[in-house]
Amino acid sequence: MKYLLLICSETADGFPDAAPGDLDAEPWVEEMTRRGVRLDGNRTRPAEDATTVRVRNGAQLLTDGPYAETKEQMAGFDIIDCADLDEAVEIAAKHPVAKFGMVEVRPFWTE
Amino acid sequence: MRDAVKEAVATAWSQEWGRVVAAVIRQTGDWDLAEECAQDAFERALERWPRDGVPRRPGAWLTTTARNRALDRLRRAANESVKLREAARLAPGQPDAAPPDEVLPDEVLPDDRLRLIFTCCHPALPLPAQVALTLRTLTGLSTAEIARAFLVAEGTMAQRLTRAKNKIGNAGIPFRVPPPELLPERTTAVLAVLYLLFNAGYAPGAAGPDQRRVTAEAIRLARLLAELLPGEPEAAGLLALMLLHDARYAARTDAAGDLVPLEAQDRSRWDRRGIAEGTAVLEAALTARRPGPYQVQAAIAACHTQAADAADTDWPQIALLYGELARMAPGPVVELNRAVAVAMAEGPRAGLALADALAEAGELSGYHLLPATRADLLRRLDRPGEAESAYREALSLAPTEAERRYLARRLAEVSHP
Repeated sequence: MKYLLLICSETADGFPDAAPGDLDAEPWVEEMTRRGVRLDGNRTRPAEDATTVRVRNGAQLLTDGPYAETKEQMAGFDIIDCADLDEAVEIAAKHPVAKFGMVEVRPFWTE
Repeated sequence: MRDAVKEAVATAWSQEWGRVVAAVIRQTGDWDLAEECAQDAFERALERWPRDGVPRRPGAWLTTTARNRALDRLRRAANESVKLREAARLAPGQPDAAPPDEVLPDEVLPDDRLRLIFTCCHPALPLPAQVALTLRTLTGLSTAEIARAFLVAEGTMAQRLTRAKNKIGNAGIPFRVPPPELLPERTTAVLAVLYLLFNAGYAPGAAGPDQRRVTAEAIRLARLLAELLPGEPEAAGLLALMLLHDARYAARTDAAGDLVPLEAQDRSRWDRRGIAEGTAVLEAALTARRPGPYQVQAAIAACHTQAADAADTDWPQIALLYGELARMAPGPVVELNRAVAVAMAEGPRAGLALADALAEAGELSGYHLLPATRADLLRRLDRPGEAESAYREALSLAPTEAERRYLARRLAEVSHP
């Protein structure tokens, strides 16, 4: 099954409790790529660099910022393909951000 | 004869429902289909058994019938390729042939009901859904009965069940017994759900027939789990704890439905068979020498049931066990119970010191049993003024009518000695 992992912070100012190096995801990326479960992923720029697009009555409406104003912020994403939710949770729990922020595990729509 | 057959179907309903549903879920992955086909199988039993006789193995007959029914339905719906793949996963069979009354080959595999319990109690599901799903799929209780037992509208309960079943499929929650590295944690979660079930039916004030059935089903599931997980003494510990509590069920309330505290209970109304079974289950569990919170709580309950009367109770032993429990599963409620036991073992002054420390820590603010306990200890220390105000506080916090009546009586005693 495919899952989107949303790598998130719980505060607007990122991960204040993390020391430099604590959030290095490279070893995790290497491990999950080697295991063949990580398909893609990246860090994303902060919400202030986001643009939200709507089309209404044929007209494009652009707003500066994310689609939802929350103090939790998405800092990156990964797409994984694994056996089931138990494996997805195990993979998410190993991500360094899980210790300082949180990781949402969202299944892909199938059929 | 007809009545005997009806009774056989009713017995099979309570004993085999979970097995039938679990088998069809494993084979089709479709929870709704499994429930519908289990229902169909029991209806067919009502038609067939009076004519053909009750099969030697009713569970196997029902499972095969339900499975064939599922295969039949999937074949009929097999115009979609997805459904075709599902149908292909089922062993080829003749859906219309009479089900064989013989040992099924998959009965040598781990019990499907164990897979079902672990899946229903998966931590990715919200706790109320875990509880509801465990009852709905592993026991023959209907959605309406479960809704009544938990005092929610039937529609709310149906929605809770549907959402949980959808999440299992959509999020990829596996239908299996967890692997060894996850097993201890998941077993703890399953035991917690079963104990929650038991307490939902056992709590003071929850005395309706639906709640009583929930208690009985919780015991049945704990029995099943203890049987399926022989290497887990806490499963047996939980079963022992339920049996020992349940043995006191009839004596817990008086004719008016009012709560009777343990020391005032008519011990001749305790169920001796339940006590004997609970004690034997506990003793067997303790031989594994891997104690846990359920075994310790069962040991405390066993101490109470062994005493001929309240004065005969081995309070020093109970206080010791609460100390052990506080070490394994620390928490303010355990600490409060320890205070009560210490008061009985060493005198009200020692107990009050522990209860006062809890009141000062503030963790139990709003919990009526803390002021109620302090009130009792103050009364025994002959400090009626303080006892009175503590009883008043407890009275304002007590959640059930039965408890309020009990506290009001005690309050009247200290205010007008």
